[in-house]
Amino acid sequence: MATTRVLEWLGRLYVWLLLAFLYVPIIIMALMSFNVSPFYQLPFEWTTEWYASLWQNDQLISATWNSVEIAVITTIICVLLGSAASLALYRYEFRGKKFLQVLLFPPIAIPWLITGTAMLIFFFGVGIGRGLFAILLGHVALALPYVIVVVSARLQTFAPELEEAARSLGANQWQVTNRVTLPWIMPGVIAGGLFAFAVSFDQFVVSYFLSTPGQTTLPVEIYAAIRKGFTPEINAVSTIIIVVSMALMLLTARFFKFGGEK
Amino acid sequence: MAVQVAAASRSEPSSALPLLAPAYLWLTVAIFLPLSAMVFFSFMTDLPLSGKPWAFTLENYAAFFSQSLYLTLLVASLRLGLEVTLWCIFIGYPAAYVLAKVLKGRSREAIFLLVILPFWSNGLVRIFSWAMVLREGGILDTALNAVLPFKINIDLMYSYPAVIIGLVHSYVPYMVLTCYLTLQAIDDSLIEAGRSLGASRLQVLKRVIIPLSMPGLVAGAALIFVPVVGSFMEPRILGGRTGTFYGTVIEDQFVAVFNWPLGAALSFILLAVVLVILAVASPVLRRAT
Repeated sequence: MATTRVLEWLGRLYVWLLLAFLYVPIIIMALMSFNVSPFYQLPFEWTTEWYASLWQNDQLISATWNSVEIAVITTIICVLLGSAASLALYRYEFRGKKFLQVLLFPPIAIPWLITGTAMLIFFFGVGIGRGLFAILLGHVALALPYVIVVVSARLQTFAPELEEAARSLGANQWQVTNRVTLPWIMPGVIAGGLFAFAVSFDQFVVSYFLSTPGQTTLPVEIYAAIRKGFTPEINAVSTIIIVVSMALMLLTARFFKFGGEK
Repeated sequence: MAVQVAAASRSEPSSALPLLAPAYLWLTVAIFLPLSAMVFFSFMTDLPLSGKPWAFTLENYAAFFSQSLYLTLLVASLRLGLEVTLWCIFIGYPAAYVLAKVLKGRSREAIFLLVILPFWSNGLVRIFSWAMVLREGGILDTALNAVLPFKINIDLMYSYPAVIIGLVHSYVPYMVLTCYLTLQAIDDSLIEAGRSLGASRLQVLKRVIIPLSMPGLVAGAALIFVPVVGSFMEPRILGGRTGTFYGTVIEDQFVAVFNWPLGAALSFILLAVVLVILAVASPVLRRAT
């Protein structure tokens, strides 16, 4: 029994080491955004000047707004289209349904480098070109499968007898959906929406290929800045991004258990 | 299954169409048509835009096979994918095991959430954070020099190990997630039975736990290997001049050299390789479901 306890203790220690590996770089990056030295020199002296100078950076601010706008629109479209599709996949039995479900995997499984360059070629070829609209088209397509998967998972826990009961009590199809099914799947819909927001807000690769100098998103702008050289301003904006996305995921976790204990 | 049949019998399949059409139309326009277009363009001499003359050609594929550079880089990328995947298994699997079988209740939930939290936060920013740690005069350098009595220079930045570290950091949560899900499903009584029948811990691990969690391992490996082979931003930022891989060459064709047809051909070859790998992995995955 003593060995078991030692092993368990080692296991716990190990997990904490993994957490350190995951978080220490991020914490250091965040700390450096509050350090005076533009060359990240120690000793550490507290300042918020890098955050202040972000406000002067019009290019960054406009890219941030683009990112937020695209993420919000992506979320709305994905929630509407994704929930509708999930409902159809849940309710109806038809030929080719399996195929439609399989079609959700390419957007998730194919490396974004391939999807991104393919979109660039195609959008250019058909005259959509690059820019914010193209980025939006791409983001929705990338996020949609996640929403369908998450909402479908929630629908699996739904008892169809409830719909049956509502119908037998005289509710029409619209009322059944609106009053019975939708309230039940709402946690899944909210989680799916937050996923969609995160996919879009953090998306770099596809946006990178589809953006133009004036019409770009925050991660693309940051990549351009990183390649010019590291500055504490990049740390500041990165810190803001990481805090926002982690807060979003914590929110998502409240609505959707990641396949953990049922 | 019985439930779904009941559902089918009471509904008209035709009413599924208006619910499905918008989502799948969108996926067609933004994913499936572009992928088909990419295949088409990869056989062209030039893009049929702005009146430039173009013709069908196999030149772009010939370039891949005749210039050893591309093949070498593809092999380098596959090796990178393999190394990162193996590191993720070594690091992630034990953590998934501890989460699934040692930790209980709230602490398990909290730590699980902490492990997968970075997984959805910005990948670019996390790679940048490693640049802070690894560069000369960075934190790792400073910390080690403060502890060690002699002066050493840790300059991992712009090297192959830096790329590996950054990618493992980015992808290890996938492995923890997929392995945790399969490990958690293993009935504890199976492990106890093995132990009480006289098997050592190692034997139980080898004969019971690892075989039963194989689908999670394979799923995690596929989820990691595929994007790593196509990575270009991570090698660019952390690898510097040593960070030339297959992905960065594709990126160059689209943003620097502007040889889109060649880029399309290189992308399509990568897609083919990826599909073959997923096809190989899928029997193991299907056995799980």
